[in-house]
Amino acid sequence: MKIYADNAATTKMSPAAIRAMMSCLEETYGNPSSLYALGQEAKETLEKARAAIAAVINAEPQEIIITSGGSEADNQALRSAALAGKKKGKTHLISTAFEHHAVLHTLKKLEDEGFAVTLLPVHENGLVRLEEVAAAIREDTCLVSVMTANNEIGTVQPIGEIGALCREKGVTFHTDAVQAVGHLPLDVKAQQIDMLSASAHKFHGPKGVGFLYVRKGVPLTNLIEGGAQERGKRAGTENVAAAVSMAAALKETAGSMAETEARLRPLRDRLIAGLGEIPHSALNGDAVHRLPGNVNFCFEGIEGESLLLLLDDRGICASSGSACTSGSLDPSHVLLAIGRVHDVAHGSLRLTLGEDATEEQVDYIIQNVKEVVEYLRSFSPIWRDLTSGKAAFIL
Amino acid sequence: MALYSEKVMEHFRHPRNVGVIEDASGVGEVGNAKCGDIMKMYLKIEDDTVVDAKFETFGCGSAIASSSMATELIIGKPLSDVAKLTNKAVAEALDGLPAYKMHCSVLAEEAIQSALEDYYGKHPEKRPQA
Ligand SMILES: Cc1ncc(COP(=O)(O)O)c(C=O)c1O
Ligand SMILES: [Zn+2]
Repeated sequence: MKIYADNAATTKMSPAAIRAMMSCLEETYGNPSSLYALGQEAKETLEKARAAIAAVINAEPQEIIITSGGSEADNQALRSAALAGKKKGKTHLISTAFEHHAVLHTLKKLEDEGFAVTLLPVHENGLVRLEEVAAAIREDTCLVSVMTANNEIGTVQPIGEIGALCREKGVTFHTDAVQAVGHLPLDVKAQQIDMLSASAHKFHGPKGVGFLYVRKGVPLTNLIEGGAQERGKRAGTENVAAAVSMAAALKETAGSMAETEARLRPLRDRLIAGLGEIPHSALNGDAVHRLPGNVNFCFEGIEGESLLLLLDDRGICASSGSACTSGSLDPSHVLLAIGRVHDVAHGSLRLTLGEDATEEQVDYIIQNVKEVVEYLRSFSPIWRDLTSGKAAFIL
Repeated sequence: MALYSEKVMEHFRHPRNVGVIEDASGVGEVGNAKCGDIMKMYLKIEDDTVVDAKFETFGCGSAIASSSMATELIIGKPLSDVAKLTNKAVAEALDGLPAYKMHCSVLAEEAIQSALEDYYGKHPEKRPQA
């Protein structure tokens, strides 16, 4: 059996997204800035895509800036808010400890440049607390950035409440919605979101394209200077084929959101229940406030990379937050942020189901994870110490 | 392109000499759970020769493959050779490791040296004179 259970890393392009891209590459190859018909046709195609994208999150088309992906959107959102704040003497930024590195590393840079950064805790359940956001906001706060859904543990944050709070306090609110767009209902007006980042390859579109929603009136700074494309906020001849493909993918994925969620939730919960039968294991992140396809576990006494390699041999594609899979010495900052100690964080497994997941696949995953965990524990010196009583179990 | 060489994957999938030697002559454990790799090496030594070696490893693919290969490289070897085993030799025998995974092969070398130390600690008379 072949099971792709790493949809948080990336998704397979949908046939509609591929068709849209191919037809654009073949037929609509003009430069949108050119005045002859072929160019204007490309421009029209691009603007239709923009409108389709905007509609999904209840934004206006001119509020959508097409970028090279989620990372660029995050970088531009944070830099823009920081610069706008600085002009008013506001240099304090608020975010959370478990953001994607596209956010965290940008904040680190801004800190080096003189901004003050507060990273809120996300607690054991992987959820930001509204009252802690409120308490962190100061006179000089210019941005609150809280991700809609975490990419590792899938926890879904109270975005609407944070949006309302920020609007009331007059602070710009950005959310990295890369894992949520197309999968969870989003409404930038109702949720009072000022900026939102998204990436096409997380909803069956192509890699290397995404978008930044910026509410009308919220100032934006360029990361890339040059021509006047994207309202002058992002220079460079537009990748029309990628934008069109992204729009096609998003329309389709978002269009079946409710059915997908209704189908995936029970499968996810079945997977959680099955893996929970493994002794000395624990689910990472809140069981209820989480993405419909996300499962993330820690198994005590084993290391994640060897788990992934053996699951790959059995046809299962998954991921882990162990140090050895990241190429660094530390396990995932997300798992550390929810209080998992190093010993346990190394033994993590993330499974993110796709729309087409089946009960049969879920049962196959449960069976195989059980077998592989048991096998790896059979020659783990840590497991020996735990089972012999030399060390105390954490989970 | 796979992450690891065929040789690494072969040793990872079918590790040699996994387990425990109950009456080991020397035991060495290195690494820690914080960094994500722990290796425990058991040596059976007779007549200044490693007659058997077994290991237990908590770690990534290259840590498990390095442990397995290291035991193969030292079984039947005189202690004078075993003392000279380097992580480079382990990695080479595995047809190479990705650069950022070399530290895992260092653990194999260190686990063996630590087991040897344990043995010499118990049998100071066997320690080679410098
Ligand atoms: C939450 C989150 N933010 C940002 C990104 C970066 O997106 P991209 O790969 O399109 O740059 C990702 C993708 O891994 C993500 O999961
Ligand atoms: Zn390793």
